Amino acid sequence: MTLKVLAIDDSRTMRDLLQVSLTESGFDITLAEDGIDGLDKLEAAQPDVVITDINMPRLDGFGVIEAVRAKADYRATPILVLTTESSPAMKARARDAGATGWIVKPFDDVALASAIRRVSAV
Amino acid sequence: MTDQTENDAEDVNELIAFRIAEQDFCFNIMSVREIRGWTPATVIPHAPSYVRGVINLRGAVVPIVDLAARLGLEVPEPTARNVIIITQVDGPIVGLLVDAVSDILSVSEKEVQATPDVASNGSEFLSGIITREDRMIRLLNLGAIVPEKAGVAA
Amino acid sequence: MSKTDELRATFFQESEDLLEQLTDGLDEMSGGEADSETVNSVFRAVHSIKGGAGAFALDAVVRFAHRFENVLDALRSGELAVNGQVLDVLMRSSDHLTVLLEQARDGVPDDGDPAGEPLLAELMALTGAEADEGPSEAEVNFQPMTLDLGDFGASAPAEMQFRVDFQPQDDLFKSGNEPVFLLRELCALGEAQVDCNTSALPEFDALDTEASYLSWKVELRTEASETAVREVFEFVDGLCVLGIEEVGGDSAGGGLPDLPDLPSADTPPSSEPAAADDAATKAAAPAPVPGPAASSAATPAGPPQKVEPPAKSQPPQPVASTIRVDLHRIDRMINLVGELVINQAMLTQAVKRDGIAQGSDIDVGLEELRTLTRQIQDSVMAIRAQPVKALFQRMSRIAREAGADTGKTLRMVTEGAATEIDKTVIEKLADPLTHMIRNAVDHGLENAEDRLASGKSAEGTIRLSAAHLSGRVVIEITDDGAGINRDRVRSIAEKKGLIPPDAQLTANDIDNLIFQPGFSTASQLTALSGRGVGMDVVKRSIQSLGGRVSIASEPGKGSTFSIVLPLTLAVLDGMVIEVGGQTVVVPISAIIETMRVPTEQVFQLGTQNAVVRIRGSYVPIVDVGAVMGYRPAVDPTGDHVILLVETADGVRAALLIDVIHDQRQVVIKGLEDNYGQVPGVAAATILGDGRIALILDPSAIVGHNGAGGAAVLTTPLAAE
Repeated sequence: MTLKVLAIDDSRTMRDLLQVSLTESGFDITLAEDGIDGLDKLEAAQPDVVITDINMPRLDGFGVIEAVRAKADYRATPILVLTTESSPAMKARARDAGATGWIVKPFDDVALASAIRRVSAV
Repeated sequence: MTDQTENDAEDVNELIAFRIAEQDFCFNIMSVREIRGWTPATVIPHAPSYVRGVINLRGAVVPIVDLAARLGLEVPEPTARNVIIITQVDGPIVGLLVDAVSDILSVSEKEVQATPDVASNGSEFLSGIITREDRMIRLLNLGAIVPEKAGVAA
Repeated sequence: MSKTDELRATFFQESEDLLEQLTDGLDEMSGGEADSETVNSVFRAVHSIKGGAGAFALDAVVRFAHRFENVLDALRSGELAVNGQVLDVLMRSSDHLTVLLEQARDGVPDDGDPAGEPLLAELMALTGAEADEGPSEAEVNFQPMTLDLGDFGASAPAEMQFRVDFQPQDDLFKSGNEPVFLLRELCALGEAQVDCNTSALPEFDALDTEASYLSWKVELRTEASETAVREVFEFVDGLCVLGIEEVGGDSAGGGLPDLPDLPSADTPPSSEPAAADDAATKAAAPAPVPGPAASSAATPAGPPQKVEPPAKSQPPQPVASTIRVDLHRIDRMINLVGELVINQAMLTQAVKRDGIAQGSDIDVGLEELRTLTRQIQDSVMAIRAQPVKALFQRMSRIAREAGADTGKTLRMVTEGAATEIDKTVIEKLADPLTHMIRNAVDHGLENAEDRLASGKSAEGTIRLSAAHLSGRVVIEITDDGAGINRDRVRSIAEKKGLIPPDAQLTANDIDNLIFQPGFSTASQLTALSGRGVGMDVVKRSIQSLGGRVSIASEPGKGSTFSIVLPLTLAVLDGMVIEVGGQTVVVPISAIIETMRVPTEQVFQLGTQNAVVRIRGSYVPIVDVGAVMGYRPAVDPTGDHVILLVETADGVRAALLIDVIHDQRQVVIKGLEDNYGQVPGVAAATILGDGRIALILDPSAIVGHNGAGGAAVLTTPLAAE
């Protein structure tokens, strides 16, 4: 079965990059423009993996993680955060918020696919 | 009006016939966009004498050629009874000022005679002669009367 | 367009929006109306630009945005307080980021951005960061998965053997991680033997489904480095007990000599013990771990892959700004609406002529038609219209740059940025506005000492405003500087022979002398507004847009430049006049003033020509009726009117005409389509009575006159 990915990012460029990369890797991708939009699309998308940006209007990535984790069905869904920092502080913060892993921007197709493989049943 | 048989259809052209200074002229009706009454034209500076000026044709600026002047005939001041035949040949839209439209003719190619070689002014605009009920109708070469725009700027 | 180009185009388009968001936010902050969301949105804008720029390897942008972002982050967290100085740096940073992005978009090679260094230093000073700390961090971030590929410097990486001890803690599951995926990924690096230790499993009824009881030992033979192996467990670092130990390499020879009790390597490794299958723990999820071959092609630590940032390998395509509707369609629509307006005017005139009573049904209906037509016209024009906002933002940037270059502190205030003008007009306005803004900073504003000495604040203010005014757009540039030094302007004009020494000039006349060709107010040419370009060029550009520019100045208080523009290039402000029995239109942009012929000021010059003295200057009289061939030349001292015009080249002439009828906006109609160019005629238009009126080209008429009389220049339709 094709792995379903919900990718949330407020940047059009980043959404396009994710779409191109993930589609080429054979994932079924749903895009959302911010945290609220992402949560709105969560039920319909039924994602196997959630990828979310941190800095977003309306609801940021930490808010997304919290809200997703609060849903019984998605409590253990892998969530990867997109970040431009790879500092230990950032990682700790992402993990404390309940993230499964992270993808450091800029990412390439290989890094993205690897991150997804490490958290999901591809 | 005509004794042409139907099976000559391929050779038959529809021509619009009109009068200028008591003479009969015609050209292919396919070049005609519309026919309208005379309205005063706005004078164009430095234009040739046969250009009456420009008129507003539903928003388009259309020059009017006084055919009588162009053909070297007597040129009276136009009145409300005059007619403008709006033509379009390969691009520019030009109005031709004539006295009156007289007929629509169906003419086969065979009926068109060559223009006799006379050295009179205006014959260079004719491409043939047609006879109808004792009338001699001059077939106009529109391309010669309305020069292409490319020649305009020269 | 290739996929990469499309992505690039998206990035630059989005960046434009983000820069606008950034500028808006900074404006709000400088207006003191910023809340935390404003700061957040400013931060996000820069952050997103950085993120996108990274994807296209726009290193200069990334480096600068990174520093910029850090300062914004400090603001966001409250570590740094907003003040004038900080805002100044932020605004200049925003400007610089704009420039960097423009350069990247236009394919300007990255020169390491030396111009940004001072600003980077200022940004770093704000956060107290060390000079070398920041950028390197950004570089380390780049492609973390592949940095270690060259570790051994050898073309064929040597095979290594690792022993990995992996014991998840309870928290690992809470984070959504799953040991089986990690093990699978690990196995994909090479040949692996996985051993699961189930000894910690409790009895079934004592089992906590969310606790971790299993641990694994993996023997891995791989060409991947230890870094790559550790990378697999990156997400669970700290959520497990992890031991990675190098136990041998190629030197040990083939096979697995250190571990004689292991099964052969071709046995598919799996989560072996049956007990694990029975357990309901996630840790023992039954998904088989794929063998090494399954996904090795896609593993990050496979054969070294060249890291290829998407944009770098091909020449960047400049991204054009686009409008998604074919402009021809819009122009056609605008034309048609122009017809509608004319048609409606004709109808109104006909109704009036036929004596239809006011208030009758026809009259009322016609009035409604008029209103509707006007609304349709406005709406259609609005399609081509764009707010001047982006233009104004660019001008703010230019003002700040000019301020920095001249060492003047200034505040740029924009008003009416939402005012919309025709897209083409906006594009063509950029150059003259740039020049005027620079001029206002350079020549308008005094330096701080002089300002303080005259009782002003040290900081100068430049105000740029746009507004709609009776169907036109008025753009004003106001400075609160010293105003025009009229004595100096006058003496320069005299010295350059622009005016006779005894010329009678009003204050306003003197001010407007600065638009004369060859006039330059700067006593010393500055790098800024010098550049060999004078205000006459500005005036010419504005005129070519069918607009006018003027100046009003008050000594000691400052100057205001006003530009009046048509909403679109499809219409023109015209003066409807009559000459030689013909109704023609003269563009108002060319007309300086109109007057009855001052008979006693007209002098013959030679046999054919006459001049008229206007405020001490002699201006040649051009008999329009004669030049256009409408009638023979007339005596200029007769019952005539003079239009004092100035051509695009700055030549003045007195056009002799018969009557002035009216001033109005006219829809421009080309003559070229069906006729050709007519000397002395710019275009045509259709008047309310449905007749065509020619629009004169004053420059051609004046030039024509100078060339000597009414000779026919070209004769359209005369092909013989």
